[in-house]
Amino acid sequence: MPRTTPRTMLGKIWDAHEVAPGLLYIDLHLIHELSSPQAFDALREAGRAIRRPDRTLATADHSVPTDGTAAGSLIGRPLARRQVVTLEQNCEEFGVPLYSLGHERRGIVHVIGPELGVTQPGMTIVCGDSHTATHGAFGALGFGIGTSQAEHVFATQCLPMLKPKSMRVVYSGELGHGVSPKDLILATIGQVGTAGFTGHAVEFAGPVIEGMGMAGRMTICNMTVEGGGRSGMVAPDETTFAWLRGRPGAPADFDAAVEVWRELRTDEGATFDREVHVDASRVSPMVTWGTSPGMVIGIADRVPDPDASDSESGRAAGRRALEYMGLRPGNSLTELPLDHVFIGSCTNARIEDLREAAAIVAGRRVAAGVRATVVPGSQQVKADAENEGLDRIFLDAGFEWHHSGCSMCGALMEEVQLAPRQRCASTSNRNFEGRQGHQARTHLVSPAMAAAAAIAGHLVDIRDWSQGHATADPR
Amino acid sequence: MRPLTLVEGGVTSLDRDDVDTDQIVPARFLQRVERTGYGKYLFHDWRGDGDVDLRPNPVLVAGANFGCGSSREHAAWAIEDFGFRVIIAPSFGDIFAGNALKVGLLPIRLERDACRAVVDAGTVRVDLPEQTVLASGRQWTFDIDPDSKHRLLNGLDDVAITLREHSDAITAFEARHDLLPLPDTTAL
Repeated sequence: MPRTTPRTMLGKIWDAHEVAPGLLYIDLHLIHELSSPQAFDALREAGRAIRRPDRTLATADHSVPTDGTAAGSLIGRPLARRQVVTLEQNCEEFGVPLYSLGHERRGIVHVIGPELGVTQPGMTIVCGDSHTATHGAFGALGFGIGTSQAEHVFATQCLPMLKPKSMRVVYSGELGHGVSPKDLILATIGQVGTAGFTGHAVEFAGPVIEGMGMAGRMTICNMTVEGGGRSGMVAPDETTFAWLRGRPGAPADFDAAVEVWRELRTDEGATFDREVHVDASRVSPMVTWGTSPGMVIGIADRVPDPDASDSESGRAAGRRALEYMGLRPGNSLTELPLDHVFIGSCTNARIEDLREAAAIVAGRRVAAGVRATVVPGSQQVKADAENEGLDRIFLDAGFEWHHSGCSMCGALMEEVQLAPRQRCASTSNRNFEGRQGHQARTHLVSPAMAAAAAIAGHLVDIRDWSQGHATADPR
Repeated sequence: MRPLTLVEGGVTSLDRDDVDTDQIVPARFLQRVERTGYGKYLFHDWRGDGDVDLRPNPVLVAGANFGCGSSREHAAWAIEDFGFRVIIAPSFGDIFAGNALKVGLLPIRLERDACRAVVDAGTVRVDLPEQTVLASGRQWTFDIDPDSKHRLLNGLDDVAITLREHSDAITAFEARHDLLPLPDTTAL
């Protein structure tokens, strides 16, 4: 391709990694205990080795207890223990570096990749986990894969892939007071629909993205998959470089790397297969009312009437979701008492998220009848938060303070599953039926909204809270 | 994986959009380290609640955006283990569709009207070489990329193909690519 043809960031990264037509080289393969055991088994059965252990990194996050259990072999639950121990044995056998229970670098895979600086601009990054989209916040091409594909990367460091179509979401305007990156991506998914990004790698752009910190960009890219897109991306800039500088995985000649990374951004005049415009200034604090992330409204809005949907399938899905969530059209979501508040997950459990939540919580108490938990995104985030005294703020308010893990986002283990019909405000990414327990009801919100909800005992409009009005019960 | 050429037989309908992989196999069943035996967990909670009556048939017809959500290949394993060979839907989640092809399941995109006609017909004939779906005397064609088609028709192991056809190219690529200052995970 002649260099004069303007290219998208996706196009540049793709071109730099195509080994043969349709065969993409993978720079970093992240693995965890949930999606990897069968891939290791397949390697063993075929008598194959891992081609590049130095481009592979493992951690334990999905099946780990968050109570400080110090090793996989000490996990109480037999299935979880077997899964984590299997990961430890597999990594030992195949020479893969692993941060398992007891290691200070352990954490949710999409939090530790960036934290360690092994997520860098221009890289191709895969993991047997759909939220691998997160890594695109650094100007990388990150996408989730299945276990068969993980086996393929193990053996060849490549993947047969069809190049995704390109899409750009351009935000105009600034975010209003109390409106966070989480609200922005929820509103965007509400606008494009849960299949709105399908088949595309999505580049997020506009002044609001350029002015956003890395944590916010990660939140946005993380949830690209909730709109059906495998990859979300943000052009790397000074914010990206400053964030990466000095991290353990950062290049030795950092300034030289930055010069190369500067070339990654989409060329002027490059065309995208699709472009969507979103007015960020019109976005309010968002909350999901239904059982997919696209079923979302502003906190001041009323639950919509499914019969107003323009398709029979939409009407059926809406009615079903309302019944599942125990809601009726016209309900205000601030009226509903909550049983649980969860602050955690690869979407919203970085230090910036915990600071935002702690600022709301400081000096207040969790409402009676609400169980509130904070699960930091990594052991490093936990340590940083404790250094800043955030743990004390949460504990004094009546929150539980945990070790890192996926916890109530994947909700694999009984102790993190809600009872049927229990209602939870959650900073995670999926409000699917049963996601947080059989028949459990999940409302996705930002960290600040979750924190305020824990104090109030029900969802509140964080904009009112910030102005000091929400201490009185709006019911 | 098992080769797939012609699939003929009954149709099971799941007329819902946005069926996510948490419904296909709830997360609490993902802690097993085996690859087989997931059929009994297929739509576990919906079946348990009496919400869905899932008849065993070779073809499943589903709603739009089928298999959205998580990347768990267990979802494809469960559908295959239950006995389905083909899933027909207006659209699929990207990761799920890729996983399905890797385990010998054929995802076919057809317009909603065509999906409905297939369900109404009750039986269907899917011809992968011809890329056609035939039901009640009507015929539709579907798209599939040539590589996936070839692998599915012959039940081929992806990894073996890549190693056989591209080993030299990968080695040559790495000789250039490794000059970049990429992070070495063994030296952090």
